[in-house]
Amino acid sequence: MTARRRTEERTPLLLGVLASLGIALVAIPLVGLLIRVPWSDLGSLLSSDVVLDALRISLISSVAAAALSTLLGVPLAWLLARRRFRGRRVVRAAVTLPMVLPPVVGGAALLFALGRRGVVGEPLDDLTGVVLPFSLAGVIVANTFVAMPFLVLTVEGALSNSDRGVEAAAASLGASSLRIFWSVTLPAIAPSLRAGIVLAWARALGEFGATVTFAGNLQGRTQTLPLAVFVSLENDRDAALAMSLVMVAVSFAVLLGLRDRWWNSR
Amino acid sequence: MCAAQRTVRRTGAAFVLAGVLSVLAGCATDSDSDTLIVFAASSLVDAFAEIGAAFEQQNAGADVVITTGGSSALRAQIIDGAPAAVFASANASTMDAVVEAGDTAAGPQVFARNGLEVVAPAGNAGGVRGLSDLARGDLFVGLCAVGVPCGDLSRDVLGEGGVIPSVDTDEPDARALLSKIVDGELDVGLVYTTDALSAGDHVVAFATGVDLNTPYLIAPLEGAADPELASAFVDYVTGRTGQAVLSEQGFLAP
Repeated sequence: MTARRRTEERTPLLLGVLASLGIALVAIPLVGLLIRVPWSDLGSLLSSDVVLDALRISLISSVAAAALSTLLGVPLAWLLARRRFRGRRVVRAAVTLPMVLPPVVGGAALLFALGRRGVVGEPLDDLTGVVLPFSLAGVIVANTFVAMPFLVLTVEGALSNSDRGVEAAAASLGASSLRIFWSVTLPAIAPSLRAGIVLAWARALGEFGATVTFAGNLQGRTQTLPLAVFVSLENDRDAALAMSLVMVAVSFAVLLGLRDRWWNSR
Repeated sequence: MCAAQRTVRRTGAAFVLAGVLSVLAGCATDSDSDTLIVFAASSLVDAFAEIGAAFEQQNAGADVVITTGGSSALRAQIIDGAPAAVFASANASTMDAVVEAGDTAAGPQVFARNGLEVVAPAGNAGGVRGLSDLARGDLFVGLCAVGVPCGDLSRDVLGEGGVIPSVDTDEPDARALLSKIVDGELDVGLVYTTDALSAGDHVVAFATGVDLNTPYLIAPLEGAADPELASAFVDYVTGRTGQAVLSEQGFLAP
């Protein structure tokens, strides 16, 4: 008994060293960033028009993208987890694709589909006058495109592993399937759903490539924090660093708050 | 690439550590010293591809790798230690910053100039006729972002022409802007004369009516693995062959 415990507690040297290198790989760039941040000017840098506009656009677009991801992603996750249909694996792979795809490719694909000359975009413009590129709506679409897979995967994992006995009991008592979904299934996976929403939101907040390709870059309309950081990095390093600090702080706080929920739920 | 990386794949876990360490150290012992890394403004992409290929033919064993991007993004990378051997910028101020940072190995030379043109996608659905159309609110108008040479030159041209643009997007580099105009996502924009020429039938171009242009500067860099090869490339660009290619692409003589 004691002997077994001791073996479990000992970390093999090789694993320990490699794990430390792994930590260093992530931590060193962060330290590099923190060292360069102009701490004394932080207040004035963060209250400039460019930063405030970018903060506003980022906040609106990331929250909207998380909401849209939830609205569309939860039903999609339910379908993937609970229904056996032809092409299910293809659908799952397609839905997950934006996680792997370079965001620039995603942005170009969005432009070809939803741009002013796009397959869907052109008739949309003709019929309704709605133009997505170069608009805040376009930013939200681009953000949702890259963020939704995070929600779908998280929720699908939870739905596949959840106990279906209660659902069966509710059905035997005569509850409608939509009612079961709303009052039994969703509450049962609430922690994973929360984690999925936060992950999708965090991914949307950091989105760059798809946004700049599809929605362009204009201060006060489509320029999110990552875009403002990219443009300022070339002209105004200090402002770029200050905005980077905001993004690191917010993202880190969110991930810390999530703790291990994402992984435990699977 | 690095020998250490190849070793990792062939041998066991014991070598993983060595591999990782050498990657972290940046593979300081790079055997391919004849690789010439050229950082060039994105508007030079076609011209430098051609010049680079001709240079490789003249110099056996030389492998010219051209990285293009916004001049100011490239400048930032060079100052932060990117292993470039030659820098070609699309204006004087970006080159000045690299010179001030002590990263150039010799004085920069002007090797070409470029103007701007008002460009609309083929078909010209917006009925664009000149610089003043950039002020129209009913059109989707794109410019290069401020801080990028084509963006700064655009603001100078617009200022000189007395036009206050109704901008819908500030694109991070000249080529990104051009592709959005070619695709018809934007109705009008200001792009380099050379870019307008390279887009051919995909765009219709109009003169700005403002006589302003930007100089292109080139310099060998301190970080060059093979300094002689780097200055040979600079001489090649400023020499007869380089100048012929540049003028063919629509660049103005220095």
